[in-house]
Amino acid sequence: MPYIPHTEDDLQAMLAAIGAGSVEDLFDEIPAALRAGSLDLPPALNEMEVSRLMEERAAQDGRWLNFIGAGAYEHHIPAAVWQIAGRGEYYTAYTPYQAEASQGTLQTLYEYQSMMASLTGLDVSNASLYDGASALAEAVLMAVRAHKTSRRVLAVAGLHPVWQQVVKSIVGNQGIELVTVPYCTEGGHTMADSLSAHEGQDYAALIVAQPNVFGVLEEADALTDWAQGQGMRVIAVVNPTSLGILKAPGEWGAKGADIAVGEGQPLGAPLSSGGPYFGFMACKQELVRQMPGRIVGRTVDLEGREGFTLTLQAREQHIRRSKATSNICTNQGLMVTAATIYMSLLGPDGLAKVAAASHANTRRLVEKLTAIPGVERLFSEPFFHEAVITVEPPAGEVLRALKAQGILGGLDLGEWCPELGGHAILVCATETKSEADLDRYAEHLERIIAKRSQGPACTKLKPNENSKW
Amino acid sequence: MSIPADLKYTQTHEWAKREADGTVAVGITHHAQEMLGDMVFVEVPAVGRKLAAGEECAVVESVKSASDVYAPIAGEVVAVNADVEGSPEQINQDAYGAWMFKLKPDNAADLDGLLDAAGYQAVVDSEAH
Amino acid sequence: MLIFELSRSGRGSPALAPSAADLGDIPAECRRMSKPLLPEVSELDAVRHYTRLSQKNFSIDTQFYPLGSCTMKYNPKAAHALAMQREFLARHPLAPEDSGQGVLACLYELQEILREVTGMAGVSLTPMAGAQGEFAGVAMIRAYHESRGDAARREIIVPDAAHGTNPATATMCGYAVKEIPTDADGNVDLEALKAAVGPQTAGLMLTNPSTLGVFEQQIRAIQQIVHEAGGLTYYDGANLNAILGKVRPGDMGFDVIHVNLHKTFATPHGGGGPGSGPVGVSERLLPFLPVPMVGRDGNSYRWLTEKDRPQSIGRLSAHMGNTGVLLRAYVYARMLGGEGMKRVADMATLNANYLMAQLKAAGFDVTFGRRRASHEFIVSLKGLKEKTGVSAMDVAKRLLDKGFHAPTTYFPLLVPECLLIEPTETETKQTLDGFVAALTEIRDEAERDAALVKGAPYTTPVRRLDDVKAAREPDLAWKAA
Repeated sequence: MPYIPHTEDDLQAMLAAIGAGSVEDLFDEIPAALRAGSLDLPPALNEMEVSRLMEERAAQDGRWLNFIGAGAYEHHIPAAVWQIAGRGEYYTAYTPYQAEASQGTLQTLYEYQSMMASLTGLDVSNASLYDGASALAEAVLMAVRAHKTSRRVLAVAGLHPVWQQVVKSIVGNQGIELVTVPYCTEGGHTMADSLSAHEGQDYAALIVAQPNVFGVLEEADALTDWAQGQGMRVIAVVNPTSLGILKAPGEWGAKGADIAVGEGQPLGAPLSSGGPYFGFMACKQELVRQMPGRIVGRTVDLEGREGFTLTLQAREQHIRRSKATSNICTNQGLMVTAATIYMSLLGPDGLAKVAAASHANTRRLVEKLTAIPGVERLFSEPFFHEAVITVEPPAGEVLRALKAQGILGGLDLGEWCPELGGHAILVCATETKSEADLDRYAEHLERIIAKRSQGPACTKLKPNENSKW
Repeated sequence: MSIPADLKYTQTHEWAKREADGTVAVGITHHAQEMLGDMVFVEVPAVGRKLAAGEECAVVESVKSASDVYAPIAGEVVAVNADVEGSPEQINQDAYGAWMFKLKPDNAADLDGLLDAAGYQAVVDSEAH
Repeated sequence: MLIFELSRSGRGSPALAPSAADLGDIPAECRRMSKPLLPEVSELDAVRHYTRLSQKNFSIDTQFYPLGSCTMKYNPKAAHALAMQREFLARHPLAPEDSGQGVLACLYELQEILREVTGMAGVSLTPMAGAQGEFAGVAMIRAYHESRGDAARREIIVPDAAHGTNPATATMCGYAVKEIPTDADGNVDLEALKAAVGPQTAGLMLTNPSTLGVFEQQIRAIQQIVHEAGGLTYYDGANLNAILGKVRPGDMGFDVIHVNLHKTFATPHGGGGPGSGPVGVSERLLPFLPVPMVGRDGNSYRWLTEKDRPQSIGRLSAHMGNTGVLLRAYVYARMLGGEGMKRVADMATLNANYLMAQLKAAGFDVTFGRRRASHEFIVSLKGLKEKTGVSAMDVAKRLLDKGFHAPTTYFPLLVPECLLIEPTETETKQTLDGFVAALTEIRDEAERDAALVKGAPYTTPVRRLDDVKAAREPDLAWKAA
């Protein structure tokens, strides 16, 4: 049996010590009527067999030239990141409740908190939440707790649509409502005019996504000042890579955003079909006791030596039970370890270069693509490292044709934003893409569009619309 | 430590003291702070808040526990002790001196319905068993 | 030494970043005004720093970790290596389904495996940790009552021995919490339960075996009381390791369950996550499972979303939860097979009962010594505390000096000075014997020289930390001098 070390001698000696005749006797307190029969499961595989199976499964997924972003970004991860984060001492350690036996994890988390506080321009960071979307839900709960009267939160409509759904699933049961402010159909950003309808109303917070889901940059300063003038707190949703070059939420407007959250994945976590990633959260000092999740503090030991420990634990479920700030217990510790190593390896200049190179690549890609007749950029406002293009044929059709060439050409926005009419594609080219990669995309797109406009022959080959692929 | 005879008490370990100006100061007892350990944080109610008797209105936290504080009698919060908020260890050092907030009672006679020192001593004794 | 203190302006690891590029049309008012305080160190500096830090941790790979209710079993290296294959890591979550048939097949099969193991009617893998699984479970209970127009049910019943996440979860789902007591044998107090249920009862949250390390024998009666009152029952899968393949929560009559893959299915704890908390449900809760799930059409797999499942409680993460963790659990499950799963429960239970017997023989006070241990049990050090002043915390710290991670201390709260001990099935008899010897030695030390034990640990990178200072004067982020 895998991973069970007992020899037959051990087994007999142990049963004798217990005074039991057989292992089965140890289950004699379980009513017989409840006992399970044999499980209907596939037979056990040894390590070689399971390796073969998993290698086949991986090979099935293939290798692609990827231009999809939309909240999860393909960045180069230095080799050192996972060689160190994968060490057993990090990988197989428990939550650092026994501080003396967990100084490695605790100091790493303290360094992480320090880096995130500085990156977001806020006072304090927690030690992570599950992912960006659920971190936003926690930020909404936090803002509502701090506000005390309002149970409504306003958000720019350019907030990632799936994140909006996640927020609703998590906070809806507490009677908290999410209201959105529409984006400008030309610029792709939120205009001051559309805010006026919400003036003088009681909202706990305004959520500002910078950039928003279209990659478009919002007027974060003006939005922050407006919201805080209305007595709302500001929740910034930001991409951590972008903070290498974009203004920190703590510097938005006159007073700075109150809470910043985001998806930590770009900081050293592979795409991995969606997880594990981690959510980060930072806030102003005055809100620290409303913050959910674990927090590490620096202190001293009996001999006055520097040391680290979990602190402010009275906010948490294991002490406050039904009155805790959240039910969160386990977070994403290992992903944060990787992120801390990633940020240390890149430093401020490296992170700025990753952000700038990703932005420059997307800019060049958009230039190359929009040079093709029938391909346009949808929104006019400036963007960061991601943009929406429109194509004449249905987006899904174009993307399928690109995929046949090994290219994942972006995300068809038809499902998330039906108002865009089914021809919009969200594209992203991070620093991982070479000039040749961009050219390859542009050449294939040009050919696909040209071929389609040649006549009806192609449309007959169009896949059945009912088919998923 | 003996339980001061000039204060009134609750089953939930608050003390209440009638001040000269007719307000009532509220804190937690020496026994309560002993059970909780080193205080690290105190949250007091907002001035102007109207409290019902027995309503949760403040929180005291030690490193590994947190406890709600209940209003001993009904009334309006007229003052909070910023010193105790700033240095919660005062509760450990002098529980009966470290008041947390003062109430203007709805009915001053309500105070008479609370436990006296002997009554509270009985509560403490019963917990020891 | 903090990484920031190694930093020197102008130092870095230029080979790790791309070349500089200009910011183009990004408006000046959107640009960062000051450099973030990230360290400027060489690659070697960073490698050495974080390698040295790792060496300050206890971990399963280096120490025995008998942490009750946490199931710190060995995390197979094969599961890690196979989940870290390039194709899995590089796959974008929004890539088309036909470019992910390999990973989708694994997830689909894991759904099926967990369904069989738990005896439930359906499973969703998306919750990212046990607490999120709990949230999904209680949210489904709520959605079920609401779908029937039964809005009067506002209360969740939780035994007083429950893990703190249970009441916290109920609150997050907008419910009030009612706690009920435990009797002297560690079972739910049935009379108290009968008195607690009513038309206001949405459900009961229960762990079985309980947090006291014993199997709740009246489980059928409990189910009946709650179900007759119109409530649903929730199984907290924290302790599933004890009964894997032996008893299925579905057969015990539970309506909803979450499984901690980072406990029972050997995925790593990672110093506090990522975990994974799939949920399983009975027939009547099927429509409410969180999305996405994985569906199978013939030989191909696809995501099931709100469109397929309009009554779903919705999404809990931007994508598919902690997919990489799910892959590790899948590998583990395939290596065990059905018989292997039963052997996990057999040996986890054997190890716990052996350790309990040996500690009892050594004179320790085992709290429910008349009962069988499940996969864990409680030792109370109340006697030692009264005799020597040495507390459970002191003993736990002294164990670190002996090379063992401490058991869970002061949980459950019901038992004074308790150690909750869970050895798991992957430890040898020799390791368990070593642990008994260490605890015995510490007891002798306590009786001989209490101050020695109270001052522990001595051999760890730091000694006991000033928690009061940490909380009174929070220093949560390094600032440049």
